[in-house]
Amino acid sequence: MIDYSGEFEQLSEAYRESGGDPQALRDDKNGLMLISGNSLLGKNEIPGLMIDTEQLKDGVKAHVRVKKNTRIENPVHLCFGVIPDEGVQRIIADFDIEDNASAAFLAHCSFPNAVKVQHIMKGVVNIGENARMKYNETHFHGKEGGVEVLPKMKINVGKGGAYISTFKLTKGAAGKVDLDYEAYLDDDALSEMYAKIYGKSNDDIRVKESIYLNGKASKGLAESRIVVSGNARAEVLGEVIGNGADSRGHVDCMEIVQGKNARASAVPRLEVVDDTAKLTHEAAIGSVDKRQMQTLMARGLSEEKAMDTIVQGLLR
Amino acid sequence: MLEIQDLTLRKGNKNILSNVSLAFRQKEIHSLLGRNGTGKSTLGYAIMGLPEYGPASGKVLWKGRDISGMSISERAKLGITLAWQEPARFEGLEVGEYLELSRNKDGKGPSVSECLREVGLEPEAYLKRQLDETLSGGERKRIELAAVLAMQPALAILDEPDSGIDALSIDFIKNVIRALVKKGSTILLITHHESVAEMADRTSVLCSGKLLKTGRPEEISRFFRNHCQPCTHVNEPDEEVIPHD
Repeated sequence: MIDYSGEFEQLSEAYRESGGDPQALRDDKNGLMLISGNSLLGKNEIPGLMIDTEQLKDGVKAHVRVKKNTRIENPVHLCFGVIPDEGVQRIIADFDIEDNASAAFLAHCSFPNAVKVQHIMKGVVNIGENARMKYNETHFHGKEGGVEVLPKMKINVGKGGAYISTFKLTKGAAGKVDLDYEAYLDDDALSEMYAKIYGKSNDDIRVKESIYLNGKASKGLAESRIVVSGNARAEVLGEVIGNGADSRGHVDCMEIVQGKNARASAVPRLEVVDDTAKLTHEAAIGSVDKRQMQTLMARGLSEEKAMDTIVQGLLR
Repeated sequence: MLEIQDLTLRKGNKNILSNVSLAFRQKEIHSLLGRNGTGKSTLGYAIMGLPEYGPASGKVLWKGRDISGMSISERAKLGITLAWQEPARFEGLEVGEYLELSRNKDGKGPSVSECLREVGLEPEAYLKRQLDETLSGGERKRIELAAVLAMQPALAILDEPDSGIDALSIDFIKNVIRALVKKGSTILLITHHESVAEMADRTSVLCSGKLLKTGRPEEISRFFRNHCQPCTHVNEPDEEVIPHD
């Protein structure tokens, strides 16, 4: 039998360094799925939460189900990590949040030693009528920047349902990120997608958040906050398509470029199909706001500390 | 403590400030009156050391030392600070955190909760609020004053703390200014409101970048009413007619 306790300890430590409480991973009251490389290290099902897993030749397939009318009180922890400096992690994760159920997921992805690591994640999320899912994905990377993060999710939100996700990669080197989230909303459904990424050195970041407001009075928000420095590149596409009557959507992109060699682009795309849909956008790309810098410096902060305070706030 | 000597500031070919000389005394409230565009805020920015407001000539002296070449941070470390007319908003920064980083670095000053109470805001309701667009203009201005209180500066430049504020809040602002002075601060108070300007020990009036007159507040207010509303000099002061003090 393979002893995975060492890997668990290392993933716990990476989680602690990224600001999480590792004790939460040992608490039996919390739902848990722990995948290191392409091996399932463990899982903990709790009443109303079922996690079926299948070991594939080159990855792990997981089906997470929250039963009808169940409200999962504590966040469910999903730990994904690769401890060695090289490797490919391939995860297929499908979620079913059944009618009137609600659950929050904390996905922590740790690649502390990565020199050449790929993290590929694909999944379909189905959210039932009046069900609610929060999905917070936080990455902890080492300094090398040798990670490719390739998440691709399709989210279907049923009538009156809600899907709120935050993707956060602000510690360590981002590496290559290609995030592709698409949400399809039924009547009165809601989707909010937030992406916060700090790109440094040669990081290459692509973010695509698309929300199809198919249902009547559905609402969507695609918000990104990206900071790039060094030679890092960022491309953001936030799009909302207003197919449903009285649907409302907003795209909000803000990117800060630090230094002469970093590059950023933002494309907010709005498409009104139903003429009662109302879609708006705002996009700002540039250096750190001068007035903010001067305000903090007038309180005695150095230029570097003022910059750091503003950037960390934006990515919080 | 702070002395401005012959300060001239240009934008392109135009003088924004022309040979301004002014000295501030310790624990003094010095108000600055003037119509829009006469250079009041510019003078404040030049004292604070904003890079785009560097003087073409003249000096800013702090306790006899020329600080004209110092950065904003260096001046702040000496105890100079500025509260902008339209304070900046910060995404992801809580009010409590902002006040904490503004706090006097020796840690001897009032707590951030005390500072909030001083400006009429309940700490329980505001410490965890975001310092962003969710705050009203009036709330943001009060928080800026709380930040100045937390810093306990030697010189606080308050740029129109009374603008966009309801009449009741103006009394709060006056109380904060008095509290600052009581704790040892000198105040440069930039304002349009004569009633606020009159709480000063001395008042100066600027016209088209030139310092016209400095004196007792009631005397300068009278002068301001008679000569600046409307401006009898069409913003081109004639120093022969209106002599400096």
